[in-house]
Amino acid sequence: MTTAALVLLAIAAALLMVRVLVGPSVVDRVIAVDALLIVVVSGLAVNAAMTGRTTFVDAAVVVGLLGFVGTGVAARFIERRGA
Amino acid sequence: MVRTIGDVLLLLGAGWTVLAAVGVLRLDDVYSRMHAATKAPTLGLLLVSWGAAMHLGGGGAVKILLVGMLVLLTAPVGAHLIGRAVHRSPGDVRIRIDTVDELGTGG
Repeated sequence: MTTAALVLLAIAAALLMVRVLVGPSVVDRVIAVDALLIVVVSGLAVNAAMTGRTTFVDAAVVVGLLGFVGTGVAARFIERRGA
Repeated sequence: MVRTIGDVLLLLGAGWTVLAAVGVLRLDDVYSRMHAATKAPTLGLLLVSWGAAMHLGGGGAVKILLVGMLVLLTAPVGAHLIGRAVHRSPGDVRIRIDTVDELGTGG
């Protein structure tokens, strides 16, 4: 059952990667990468549920914080330089 | 029983994330893409973290619920920063749905 969840998350990541590659403006890519990092955090949570080990949960915390900081930096960049 | 509920929550969260990805791919406006890319994956991650917490139990469950709370707090702030930057930026982002700019005049 957890394998099915991982397959669904992989489909979502692939669709978001299409938007990252196609996206007409920088803003679209930043939004898609932000959602992609949330998908990565979900994948780490599913992995922790599948294996029963909590090692990757710390990595999930780090990825979540990194996504927020990266989004803020990209927002400042867009505000100054244009989309 | 608890593991079955956890499995259902994991699948529900993953399916919600797929719906968010389809929205990001299909919608044709920066603001509507942001609408799809911010709220739906956050709910998906919350469902996944609840399911994983039901699988893990104990300290790992608390930690993974804290991850969900962290993203629930930071994702709206990040989306607000991006939206404000798009609205203020000098570039020409194509906007199709919000034709009335309620923040642009009188400021």
